[in-house]
Amino acid sequence: MSIPIPLVVLIVILGLAGIGLYCILASRNLIKVIVGLQLLVKGAVLAFMLAAHLTQNENLGQTLGVTIIVADTIVAVVGLALAVQIRLRTGSLDIKTISSLKR
Amino acid sequence: MEFILVGVGILACAVLAFSARRLLISAVWLALTSALVALMLYMLGGAHLAVIELSVGAGLVTVLFVFAINISGEESFDKETILPKPYAWGSLIIAGGLAIFLIVKTLGIVNLPEPVAKTSMINWDARYLDIILQVALIFSGVLGVIGILAPGKESSGKEVQK
Repeated sequence: MSIPIPLVVLIVILGLAGIGLYCILASRNLIKVIVGLQLLVKGAVLAFMLAAHLTQNENLGQTLGVTIIVADTIVAVVGLALAVQIRLRTGSLDIKTISSLKR
Repeated sequence: MEFILVGVGILACAVLAFSARRLLISAVWLALTSALVALMLYMLGGAHLAVIELSVGAGLVTVLFVFAINISGEESFDKETILPKPYAWGSLIIAGGLAIFLIVKTLGIVNLPEPVAKTSMINWDARYLDIILQVALIFSGVLGVIGILAPGKESSGKEVQK
């Protein structure tokens, strides 16, 4: 029995998206949250490439994928800069500790 | 068979990136995930995208992570999560169900434009607004790197206690 390739890639996409989403929701470390975001976006890039592969439109998929990768990298850079500055100013990376909103 | 092997590798590395206790180890597993994703992109026919993913995702982002972790330092946390675990799992199941529903519902009804001969034709002719957006994003990324390098106030912990 052989599993079709699109199904394998789809499982990987949903797995990456699930792990990334859980990491964002459950993690308390700011840098771990950015790691989760990276995993989530890798799933999105794979999804674009799978759709392009299935419709024989690889060039469009690659163009959109490049845009996603650039945007994701910039989000990571800005997020890491915020995390570093928060750590330097408050002494912690814990979301619970640095939250100043009234509960 | 190759797809299954690479797919299992991607998911295993992603789980290890999430569950690693040390941030530096987590960044290394994230880089390995990125490299395997690049391999899968290449196997799907996206050679250009695979190269960019490998150089940016596994290279540049990892360097930035290691740099930021070195500046901010490791910090240990107790096991309590920011969102209670049942809520996190519930959100995950709802999101997964919604994704599968949307995938099944849109099968066969999405019309994509006709394939174009070259990636550069799409990049520079059809989607030139994306290029402008990417330039703007890269500029904001430069500002972000300045944010990493900028000296901050010394940590006192007083703001947190307030």
